[in-house]
Amino acid sequence: MKIRNRRLSALAAVSLVASLALTACGSDSDGGSDGASGSGGGSTSVTFLPKNLGNPYFDTSSKGGKKAVEEFGGKFDEVGPDTPSPDAQVQFINTAAQQGVNALVVSANDPEAICDALNEARDAGTKVVTFDSDTNPECRDLFINQATAEGIAKVQVDLIADQVGDKGEVAILSAAANATNQNAWIDLMKKDLADNHPDIKLVDTVYGDDDDQTSFDKTAALLQSHPDLKGIISPTTVGIAAAARYLSTSDAKGKVALTGLGTPNQMREYVKDGTVTAFALWNPEDLGYLSAYAAKALADGTISGKEGDKFDAGDLGSFTVDADATVLLGDPYEFNADNIDDFDF
Amino acid sequence: MSTTTLDRPDRATRTYPAYSTPLWRRVLLTREFAVIALLVAVIFYSNNNVPAFDGPLTFYYLFLDIAPILLIALPMTLVIITGEIDLSVASVVGLSSVLVGQLHADHGLSIPVAGLIAILVGALCGAFNGFLVAYVGLPSLAVTIGTLALYRGIAQGLLGTKAVTDFPEKWTDLAKERITEGSSYPMILIPFLVLLVLFVWLLHFSNFGRGVYEIGLNDEAAHFSGVNVERTKFLLFVMAGAVSAFAGIYFTLRFGSARGDNANGMELQVIAAVLLGGVSIFGGRGALHGVVAGVVLIGVISSAMRLQGETVNVINIVIGTLLVLSVISTSLVGWARQLWARRGRAGGPPSSETGQHRPAVAASESTNER
Repeated sequence: MKIRNRRLSALAAVSLVASLALTACGSDSDGGSDGASGSGGGSTSVTFLPKNLGNPYFDTSSKGGKKAVEEFGGKFDEVGPDTPSPDAQVQFINTAAQQGVNALVVSANDPEAICDALNEARDAGTKVVTFDSDTNPECRDLFINQATAEGIAKVQVDLIADQVGDKGEVAILSAAANATNQNAWIDLMKKDLADNHPDIKLVDTVYGDDDDQTSFDKTAALLQSHPDLKGIISPTTVGIAAAARYLSTSDAKGKVALTGLGTPNQMREYVKDGTVTAFALWNPEDLGYLSAYAAKALADGTISGKEGDKFDAGDLGSFTVDADATVLLGDPYEFNADNIDDFDF
Repeated sequence: MSTTTLDRPDRATRTYPAYSTPLWRRVLLTREFAVIALLVAVIFYSNNNVPAFDGPLTFYYLFLDIAPILLIALPMTLVIITGEIDLSVASVVGLSSVLVGQLHADHGLSIPVAGLIAILVGALCGAFNGFLVAYVGLPSLAVTIGTLALYRGIAQGLLGTKAVTDFPEKWTDLAKERITEGSSYPMILIPFLVLLVLFVWLLHFSNFGRGVYEIGLNDEAAHFSGVNVERTKFLLFVMAGAVSAFAGIYFTLRFGSARGDNANGMELQVIAAVLLGGVSIFGGRGALHGVVAGVVLIGVISSAMRLQGETVNVINIVIGTLLVLSVISTSLVGWARQLWARRGRAGGPPSSETGQHRPAVAASESTNER
């Protein structure tokens, strides 16, 4: 009896091996063709490594990157983990180092944790460009900055001033009370309002903790405690969407202006129903496009990442490297009813 | 333990050979060796077909990546063989990571001291699981789903969304150092090998280990044959906690970053590798060489597929399929055995039923012994 059992389990084992070997072969046939990634002479191989795959924001930036790489005749690849965790990202950085790709374009899940892996890749000859979310400066060759804090603050103040007729009470709906970037923007906005818009009065700053329900409730409370409120600025994508949802169903719709930083997909219906006239964010497609051109310039040796280096970025024109090896994409992009349907992220 | 003091009654009177098959068949024709053979096949295939796989970095990175899974898989194997499960291991990794980071950065403790405290806390976490499972008698699935959230919650509560990244280079370099200059084997393999030897001895060559299998087959029977079921289970959970905490320290130092969400979801990778390695989820069956091969196999497949530019989704699909196939294969073998037994009943020896009723046999054996 035992002999038979053994024979059967051996049979099962063999069939398991066979079926797995077949799966392995199947996966090879479509991946094998692009095997010689980095070693190919002439064409520049650029690998995009977003925070995670399946994220519309990064789908859009990779779309821009792919367009740029196709324009200069390089080889484009997009890899990434399914959840935005630094350890999963490290595996893909290691893989890029093994493949010897010419350039790696990364949005970092952690400024420190992926540092060593990036430096190992750079030692192996890969140029590293960060975009969207930077690492420590010593771990990359170039950072493509989507917008400066001043630019972000200014565009929101300009938008709200325009929408409330440059006078009246406004309030800010922020994320968490200790969010560094939010607070930096709010300080700059306060300064800008005081200097350039004396008739606009900032009456309150509330914190929705980047939580949809909290932001929704805080918006309701704002409107109750400040009946003369003319406008709300929400420099966070969660906040602006929640505030727009509240406003669109309340009496204040159309009377209280709302602007801030949002994504087109979240804001589309509120722009179309008139709750929101215009809001701002950078254009991730341009960000990916510029990052790819910067990666090419680094890989070709056109630039080294030092201040004052100039390179050409296709349709976007010419860019100059600023201090700390950063390149600024430009002013934030303004989304309104006319252009919102051009975007899907 | 008392089981050893009992003489096996058949030792003197046995009239049939101790084993029905020769040693090489018993060793080679097993689930474990199927996994090892597959591993060798995949490595061989990748070496010849995957560009850059034969490069010097492949196995170095591979071992760095799978080291935490290798470590945690050791106690997890024992836990699963007893028929229990520990889903909280990855949360303990996260908690220990946060503790090392905070104790080092905020309280100025050196890495070894902070690490020791983290391992103690890990053992404590395991002890809490073990107490609820072994002594209170709650199902481990429910208990450890609860502590999965609990320990992760504590980790994230302690550190918030921040990350501690301020570690001495000496230690972060050690986590990535190679055993000898230029070799593919990172330093972390040394503590792993030490633990491996320990766990192999514990599971396969000690009375404690026999008890682990007995509990997995039938814990009532194990109890009556003198195995301290509660203590065994309790100790296994403590080990799982302590080893997970050690893996957490390694994880922290390797990435130089202590975060509350470190190793999120790793428990599933560990359990997947253990099951792939031939351990039965129902308990009572499995061996460590299969598990180690299972962990390395998953690592090699992901590494090779990443090198070919596959996205993580495709990699997950392949590994998921692999896992399902390996689980199905067990059922298929069982089904085929039954079919075989039915067909061969007429000519089979009277003991032919024993293969399918091992718990019952264990029970009757233990009653015989008393």
